[in-house]
Amino acid sequence: MYPANFDYVRPSSVDEAVALLQKHGDDAKVLAGGHSLIPAMKLRLAQPHVVIDIGRIATLSYIREAGGTIAIGATTTHSEVETSKLLREKCPLLSETASHIGDLQVRNKGTIGGSLVHADPASDYPAPILALEAEIDLVGPRGKRTVRADQFFVDLLQTAIAADEILTEVRVPVTSPSVAYIKTEQKASGFALAGVAVVASPSGVRVGVTGVAPKAYRATAVEQTIGNQRTAHAIELAAAHAADGVEPLGDIHASAQFRAHLARVNTRRALERALSR
Amino acid sequence: MSDATPYIGRAMKRVEDPRLIQGLGTYTDDLRLAGLLHACILRSPHAHARIRRIETSAAKAIPGVVAVFTGADVNDSCGAVPCAAAIPDLKAPRHTVLAGDRVYFVGHAVAVAVATDPYIACDAIDEIEVDYDPLPAVVNAMEALKSGSALTHPDMGANVAFTHVVNGGSDIDAAFRNADRIIKHRLYHQRLTPMPIEPRAVVASYHRGEGTLTLWTSTQIPHLLRTLLPNMLGIPETKLRIVAPEVGGGFGAKLNVYAEEALCAHLAMRLSAPVKWVESRRENAASTIHGRDQIGDYEVAVKNDGRILGLKATSVADLGAYLQLLTPAVPTLTGLVLTGCYKIPAIRFEVVGVYTNKMATDAYRGAGRPEATYLIERLMDVVANELKIDRLDLRLKHFPAPGDFPFATSCGVTYDSGNYQGTLAKAKQLADWDALMADRKAARAAGKLFGVGVSTYVEICAMGPSKAMPAGGWEWGCVRMEISAKVTVITGVTPHGQGQETSFAQIVADRLGVPIEDVAVLKGDTNVAHYGRDTYGSRGTAVGGTAIVMSVDKVIKKAKTLAAHLFETLDDYVVFENGKFKAPGITAREIAWSELAAEAYLAKNLPAGFEPGLEASSFFEPENFTFPFGTHICAVEVDRDTGEVAITKYVAVDDCGNQINPLLVEGQVQGGIAHAIGQALFEQTIYDENGQLLTGEFMDYAIPRATDIPEYTLGSTVTPSPVNPLGVKGVGEAGTIGATPAIANAVIDALTPLGVVHLDLPMTPERIWRAMQTRTVATV
Repeated sequence: MYPANFDYVRPSSVDEAVALLQKHGDDAKVLAGGHSLIPAMKLRLAQPHVVIDIGRIATLSYIREAGGTIAIGATTTHSEVETSKLLREKCPLLSETASHIGDLQVRNKGTIGGSLVHADPASDYPAPILALEAEIDLVGPRGKRTVRADQFFVDLLQTAIAADEILTEVRVPVTSPSVAYIKTEQKASGFALAGVAVVASPSGVRVGVTGVAPKAYRATAVEQTIGNQRTAHAIELAAAHAADGVEPLGDIHASAQFRAHLARVNTRRALERALSR
Repeated sequence: MSDATPYIGRAMKRVEDPRLIQGLGTYTDDLRLAGLLHACILRSPHAHARIRRIETSAAKAIPGVVAVFTGADVNDSCGAVPCAAAIPDLKAPRHTVLAGDRVYFVGHAVAVAVATDPYIACDAIDEIEVDYDPLPAVVNAMEALKSGSALTHPDMGANVAFTHVVNGGSDIDAAFRNADRIIKHRLYHQRLTPMPIEPRAVVASYHRGEGTLTLWTSTQIPHLLRTLLPNMLGIPETKLRIVAPEVGGGFGAKLNVYAEEALCAHLAMRLSAPVKWVESRRENAASTIHGRDQIGDYEVAVKNDGRILGLKATSVADLGAYLQLLTPAVPTLTGLVLTGCYKIPAIRFEVVGVYTNKMATDAYRGAGRPEATYLIERLMDVVANELKIDRLDLRLKHFPAPGDFPFATSCGVTYDSGNYQGTLAKAKQLADWDALMADRKAARAAGKLFGVGVSTYVEICAMGPSKAMPAGGWEWGCVRMEISAKVTVITGVTPHGQGQETSFAQIVADRLGVPIEDVAVLKGDTNVAHYGRDTYGSRGTAVGGTAIVMSVDKVIKKAKTLAAHLFETLDDYVVFENGKFKAPGITAREIAWSELAAEAYLAKNLPAGFEPGLEASSFFEPENFTFPFGTHICAVEVDRDTGEVAITKYVAVDDCGNQINPLLVEGQVQGGIAHAIGQALFEQTIYDENGQLLTGEFMDYAIPRATDIPEYTLGSTVTPSPVNPLGVKGVGEAGTIGATPAIANAVIDALTPLGVVHLDLPMTPERIWRAMQTRTVATV
């Protein structure tokens, strides 16, 4: 449990962090809350030569509203997301999801940006990020670009971020209270075997699913099947499509078949809960 | 002075806890010695392989690396890891401290690097090159028994380590001939990882001038280590001091002599410098003993009226690649309580121990008894179900009556005392049984999967009579009334979280009539607690406590002689009560301990031939084991969609004889049930078909957490044990033993409406969901 040797640098601005990333290239890793990187380093699965700690860049930690959107800084912790009055009132799905992440210590240190960039296929945030159609800002040597949530998750542990970029901000829309996140936990790790986030509005629903496939996905077949119907029967029929078109993961914790089943069950439950709110 | 209420029987908070809760405990890894070196161990990534070559030069070249050793460097000078179990015709491989020319399981120690700091030692490990030639691995014990199976140890020629057969009671063949029906069942005990929160840790320091070796190690058994390590190290036990500092969880996993303990001692002697090794979590999962892993085929001979005539058990125990201290003894222990609480006149028990390319199994909380209890309690439900008899009636029908004790079983042991009807009645009352049955009916009518499970268990504690124990089963204790009238108690049982610093002080304070604050209990250092057989098998209070009682009584007897001298009378006229010596009718004078102790040590005015001091020590040899028992009732609701189990009610009524401290009893039962919840519902150690360990860390091995623990309703009855003066039995493992079958029976009861009659452990959501799928479809 002793990591290999590394250098540690602590930039005070995003520009400085990007410059450091450019300088060190593949030898460097960005550290925020450290809850994915440090365990990997302790097992020596990750052996970066340089660790760039962006955790002290004050301008990266905030939750604020501007023009119908709520902007969340990359190093905002899960517990800040969980307890934010603004989010609880105007985008409660994100707070509800954050409350399911790990335990209190994890939520006190882990950050939304770190979690998204790590893109663990069983982490919680991708489900609401997809269902909310969030936008993600990435800053690199070529400046800032904005990526839509459905373009962000590329594959297992892979996102649209480039090696010399830093995720700086996540933006989610203000929603009605008709949202829900339902998760079945992997018993040992607490990660999602199937986590389903639903955002409902009179015109339709959006469903994000995490834990089931190599990357989180929008359950578009569910969304299309339910349309603007709201009956229990319609929910049941729609939820049956929760794992359509994906190849579910299978491991010692749940077979592919069971994960797909949990996706359907949790989709039904999340739809029921969201539509009852 | 002690108040009117004696300390014994009081629910007192543990004196150990303030230091532990505040982070003030000293664990092995907290030790800092001048010039301390750090060891890191390179372990096999293969379940079975030949080692062609090991190249250590790059590792040795790293600045700060002091030494790098392989098996070739140490196995000739450091002896083999011992197994203490005496099983006839046991075939055992030589268990060297580092691998020789082969590795036999993932995690097998191959080389060790010693450096000036632990980071460098780990860097060195990364630089060792090992050229492996992978060989077929034996992973499944049942497959290992088939002819043509690959061999765990090819040089041994077979995978079977031993076959142990017990025929007990009346004629088993006649029992099966006379049966109306023979009910057969296969039961599997999954492999479990004990996962103490503190992994193993060792610091070894050799004093070249004195020729003495001190070994601090996170162990349950410093005294057994002192007995067994001299053979490995070539150092006499008089030059060996073993210290068990605070131990952050053992559960049987630290009831062992480990290669790393001998290796660190060897390194400290060889390098003339203190050496520390602290296990990582991954090493703990791969290279510290595992528990259970038995598969058994059971046959019950029954009459149609429910009478059980006989029980046959054929069990296969997966031992792993090597024998640790008690590896082969654990499955044989199952045979001692095979019949549980029941009068079953004839038994046949056969267990085959099998080598596989996995970590060794050994004692894990309950060790052998959970296996026996799970199988008999599942079988009672299976029999009741098949014969359409009420499961409680079936149990009651086979209980010995309270007047039948001591009760000799067909397994060859004699249960000391019991009232099984009593715990069952009390548990039913606490569970509000009739209401619970009504709840079940209503829940089922509403389409819910609601089940109630019962287990009535008996187990073996207070290990044990020396004739039945590999290394002696007695215990040693010492009590010293100091010159200051404070009391030092020294125990050989090495409590490590069980709370005897508190309960032993209660016993001694009561008997001496002193405030409990004046009593200090010392343990865990062989230079302080000179002799002992340590903690396992719920023996601490029943065996160790008795040695303390014997010693304190000797001190009082001696003190009376001194008091009589001071009163100028005879011993017989001296009365000792409430901490004071008196001679009613002779003198109004009272002598308190403070005065008497000063006299005893200042020694100006002693009776002729009276030795100064007030100290006594004792060895207690138990005449029998004790047999605690109880009834656990569990109610569960199973989620029809996800297969998740929610425990909605948990009632445990345990009888551990007299209770010194009911709060400690409750704590032990609570923790024990938590372990059982893990085994029943989710814990399992998994190796893949190549022998790769898939549950090597907390991300993949689920242990119970606070949120998994239901509200418990705990009760007890008190049936004192006649085999020790305290009348205590032991309670360290009862919860684990009693609860697993209660939970399992509850889940199966919940699924009964779907036609499910059995599920294997652990009853994970997916396993339950699959059972529901097939059954629902089948019954539609």
